[in-house]
Amino acid sequence: MSTHDNQLSSNEHTKFSPDMFEQVTASSTEDNEKISAPSLSFLQDSWRRLKKNKAAVISLGILAVIIVLAFSAPLIAPHNPYTQTSGHISLPPKIPGININGLNGTTKAGGTEVFDKYAQMGVDEDTYYLLGTDSLGRDLLSRILYGTRVSLIIAFAAALFDLTIGVTYGLISGWLGGRIDNIMQRILEILSGVPNLVVVILTLLVLKPGITSIIIALAITGWIPMARIVRAQTLKLRNQEYILAAQTLGESSIKIAVKHLISNLSGVIIIQTMFSIPSAIFFEAFLSFIGIGIPAPFASLGTLINDGYKTFQFIPHLMWYPAGVLCVLMISFNLLADGLRDAFDPKMKD
Amino acid sequence: MKSYLKYLGKRVFYMFITLFLIASITFFLSQLLPGTPYSNEDKLSQEQIEIMNEQYGLDKPVPVQYAIYMGGLVKGDLGTSFQFDNTPVSKLLSTRIGPSLQLGFQAVVLGTFIGIILGVIAAMKQNTWVDTMATFFAILGRSIPNFVFAVLLQLIFAAKLGWLPIALWDGGFKSSILPTLALAIGPLADSARFVRTEMVDVLSSDYIELARAKGLSRWVVAFKHGIRNALIPLLTILGPMAVALMTGSMVVENIYAIPGIGEQFVKSITTNDYPTIMGVTILYSAMLVLIILVVDILYSVVDPRIRISAKGGD
Repeated sequence: MSTHDNQLSSNEHTKFSPDMFEQVTASSTEDNEKISAPSLSFLQDSWRRLKKNKAAVISLGILAVIIVLAFSAPLIAPHNPYTQTSGHISLPPKIPGININGLNGTTKAGGTEVFDKYAQMGVDEDTYYLLGTDSLGRDLLSRILYGTRVSLIIAFAAALFDLTIGVTYGLISGWLGGRIDNIMQRILEILSGVPNLVVVILTLLVLKPGITSIIIALAITGWIPMARIVRAQTLKLRNQEYILAAQTLGESSIKIAVKHLISNLSGVIIIQTMFSIPSAIFFEAFLSFIGIGIPAPFASLGTLINDGYKTFQFIPHLMWYPAGVLCVLMISFNLLADGLRDAFDPKMKD
Repeated sequence: MKSYLKYLGKRVFYMFITLFLIASITFFLSQLLPGTPYSNEDKLSQEQIEIMNEQYGLDKPVPVQYAIYMGGLVKGDLGTSFQFDNTPVSKLLSTRIGPSLQLGFQAVVLGTFIGIILGVIAAMKQNTWVDTMATFFAILGRSIPNFVFAVLLQLIFAAKLGWLPIALWDGGFKSSILPTLALAIGPLADSARFVRTEMVDVLSSDYIELARAKGLSRWVVAFKHGIRNALIPLLTILGPMAVALMTGSMVVENIYAIPGIGEQFVKSITTNDYPTIMGVTILYSAMLVLIILVVDILYSVVDPRIRISAKGGD
């Protein structure tokens, strides 16, 4: 360009020759308009936004670690969580290679006197209980690993039920509309008038105690919020042009629901599911804490906390370790769910 | 106004239907419950059992029992407890509702008050470290189960520091501090989050801009103009809050040995005292349904826009 300017200024009567011009082709304008960044799918876009949320990413990492540890419990647990060893009752934590009082098998008696409880009880030199044992001589670490697994299984299963029942109910109610919607909404209204805790407890009393009963009891009430949200969103979506287009093209209702509605609802569904997991974990722990949850000898985080609570004045760590795991799980799930909600919320899109 | 009364009548009607269904479901579920009401059944002779069955009305066919139960319910009679010296359930519960209501009320007031302050501060200092801290506290409050929190409080303030009684209920203020705190953490976290979101919305609206343009300071605007509109939607979480308090009261009352409804409920569950379990179920449901109705009415009184929009859709 600068050479052209010079020529023009020095010689005003220059003839213009074709080679002085650049031909602007259609392709070059296309280049300017071209979207160079790769086009992102809905999930990629959400993942990109989730990554910006540090708390959510850290929570995701913590959850991944806890889930892997809990589900590999049979492989990595140092002891059998159900074996009661009468000579190893209420031992303090003992970690190999660490010599800090309280973590090396010593405990306090009468306020200040420190002594080695493992030696006193006559436990083998090379037996280690990383988090100590409970009042029946069971290894706490192994029980926590197995207990976390039980709590997670219950939470995931309950969330899955919420998802299937809630989405189906909400979709049918919102998509069909009219009389059916009206009736289904009245049913929902009545059901949600019952405190879900009461239903859960009654169901547990009727069914035999166990993991399955807790899952059923949690599923009976848990799907209602999901059904509400899905119905409200379906009502919004059913009048959209692309649904009309699909109908015009002769797509069947079921196919429209599965192919178009669910994929457009996936954001709210994922968020709602993520929130129902911590609430299921809480309910399970709560039920086990008041004594109608998982029957002995099986452990869940709730039963461990309950066991620990009985002796927490004397051996507080029996309660604090499972309670700590429960709190970390709850906080991580809640932070991740918050992060996902922000990531999926189109209002936040920047 | 006429359509509003009609709406109200419809709501009250649905409320009674709900309560009727709940009572029926609880009754038939209790028929399915395993075990018998007699804890020492094998020591009783067949005749003794028959006499007892007759005394409790358990010898009649189920539909008759159902009719008797529902008839009694209308009069406020919840049957007779199988345990606890055959006390009528309604009497058993009425002596225990006081502490529960007191704790619940204190917890809601304390929790929402601190929650509102936290929420407003977080919204005013949006996206600063203050906001992050407030949000973090709200997440902690929502995530830490109240029974863990209750035990933690008990350990620190009662067992270690000895400032407050560990578990001694005398109806006084001092013995209610720890349980109130343990129950308040849920409402606190919920209202803080809620108020923050609402406040952020409200603070960006036109009338706030106008107030600012008139020269009022940010905090005066927030507390005089902003907070009024931000707090109205807070009413909607009173229902879920009540449910959370009922749940919380069961464990918190147990941990602090408070003679309330929650503690009674857990005791009845462990002793197979079906009439009391049914009684508490119906009481809890009735309270919840009533709270939701009152909240809805209050909401439409405070915010007339709701009434208009309620006409259009569901």
